Amino acid sequence: MAKRRGLMAPPPSFLWTRRIVLTLLTLFALVPVYVMISSSVKPLQDVTSTFRWIPDPITFGPYHDIWYTVPLARYFLNSLIVSASAAVASVAVAVFAAYAVSRYGFRGKRIFTTAVLSTQMFPGILFALPLFLIFVSIGNATGIPLFGSRGGLIITYLTFSLPFAIWMLTGYFESVPKALDEAALVDGCGPVRALFRVVIPAALPGIVAVTIYAFMTAWGEVLFASVMTNNTTRTLAVGLADYSTQNNVYWNQIMAASLVVSVPVVAGFLIMQRYLVAGLTSGAVK
Amino acid sequence: MTVSIRRDAPSAGSDTGRGREPAPGSGSARRWQQIRKGGLPYLFLLPALLLELLIHFIPMIFGIVISFKQLTLFFIRNWTGAPWAGFANYRIAVNFHEAIGSALLHSFWVTCAFTVLAVGLSWLFGTVAAILTQDTFRGRAVLRTIFLTPFALPVYASVIVWAFMFQYNNGLVNQLLHNTLGITSRPSFWLIGHNSFFALVIISIWRNWPFAFLCVMAGLQGIAPDLYEASAIDGAGVWQQIRKITMPSLRPVNQVLVLVLFLWTFNDFTTPFVLFGSSAPSPADVISIHIYQASFITWNFGEGSAMSVLMLLFLLVVTAAYLLVTTRRRNSNG
Repeated sequence: MAKRRGLMAPPPSFLWTRRIVLTLLTLFALVPVYVMISSSVKPLQDVTSTFRWIPDPITFGPYHDIWYTVPLARYFLNSLIVSASAAVASVAVAVFAAYAVSRYGFRGKRIFTTAVLSTQMFPGILFALPLFLIFVSIGNATGIPLFGSRGGLIITYLTFSLPFAIWMLTGYFESVPKALDEAALVDGCGPVRALFRVVIPAALPGIVAVTIYAFMTAWGEVLFASVMTNNTTRTLAVGLADYSTQNNVYWNQIMAASLVVSVPVVAGFLIMQRYLVAGLTSGAVK
Repeated sequence: MTVSIRRDAPSAGSDTGRGREPAPGSGSARRWQQIRKGGLPYLFLLPALLLELLIHFIPMIFGIVISFKQLTLFFIRNWTGAPWAGFANYRIAVNFHEAIGSALLHSFWVTCAFTVLAVGLSWLFGTVAAILTQDTFRGRAVLRTIFLTPFALPVYASVIVWAFMFQYNNGLVNQLLHNTLGITSRPSFWLIGHNSFFALVIISIWRNWPFAFLCVMAGLQGIAPDLYEASAIDGAGVWQQIRKITMPSLRPVNQVLVLVLFLWTFNDFTTPFVLFGSSAPSPADVISIHIYQASFITWNFGEGSAMSVLMLLFLLVVTAAYLLVTTRRRNSNG
């Protein structure tokens, strides 16, 4: 990539500012990550006494123990099912909505996009209780167990990532030349087939990125997970607190468990960050 | 609510061909598009619309209704039968001379201070980092990945790590400030007392500045390189370029970014909840946790809903005013 700033080399004042500031920010970003990793391989007495930077001795015991101190595997499975289902469903719904917004002019388009984005503004606490009551009522009336079930959580989470998914996908779809799907329409494809045959394949990296983002949103949500789950459907977001309700706070296991639950989302995020930036760019240009 | 949508769709479908975009392509395709254009987009939007209604809008309306009810634990089984309370819940919430009202007011000010500090610094860190990594240099890709890591971690996991770092006996922060650097004469409590406010602010910044970094980075890619080249020929230095080209070009991105950061931070429940549990120490008693406690711990849902509605009204007013002011300034400057 060519130099952005043109012909002149940056002056030393700029280079030094850059070095110092970027070093400080790197430390700020990484120290907690380091603490998490290093403390996860310490024996219990080393995490309950004065903090030390270098773990010595090193033990991988915590990575074994985390699965037995609390039912972590069950929480993990619950989180996986809920987050994956919510992410896939959210993107499936958002693909159609974004297709409509990017390819059709229709009345109420602005109202729709504004209303959907405005849901980001609602304090979660305002609709946590009513939603809980509605789920209980629907359960009593129809026998569909929404409260306490993974299904209820999936529906809830999918709407959390929906606004962002629609917004980002609209941006990606706008970047796919309209001539492509119009050509498909001329060839006799229906709009749904044009969407699946032309637009979706062209925007696939973006769709994957949005799916991962939706997965992350669900994976990290706490408020609704704490209100709407019971013992069998509890997710990681609530379950990790179990390590500290015992007589001892197993800090080393807590760190090990935090690392284990972070790996899937961090890996996914780092893989898709390039596409996320691309999506944000096209969204910002609009 | 569903009924009104069903009524909406066909009525909008009847005025076919009123779409704003002229349909290009051959004649048959155009006619075909015109026929479908009316109803089809609404069909595509329907699932999204229904889900948003079910999970966001209907519960919100219920929440507003509940705020006018005397909904305590006693009525929770049969919540539709709870007696109406009129504006009683609101009167209690804004009566700042009584315990509940003054606690709410305190919580509001704490949240405002928390939000201003956390958003301001998150924005600053993110913007500075993005501008400093705008040029290519060795290790830039690695730095980007490092900077984005805090945002990629699940919030609760990183808050738990911070809670560990802020521990009195075995935490890193006291070890660093007291034992290693000797800045404080004795170890401090970080999760109770006045320091808890700063602990909350630090964690919030740590969590959110990467998002600011990401957005500004995206915004920077939209600036034409010619601008920098032209100004360099005219003799502008790096600092001048940042002030005269980069910052003004980022204004549209900043308008959205600051608003999003504001709403996220003001509404943030996860950070205080994971850090403090269901009741935060008074100096860090931000409004979301305050309302959670009012609703789910003291089981006064009517009061909690009234507080939530007040909070929503505040956010609506601030957002509207913000958009009005920033959009006008943008237009007058552009």
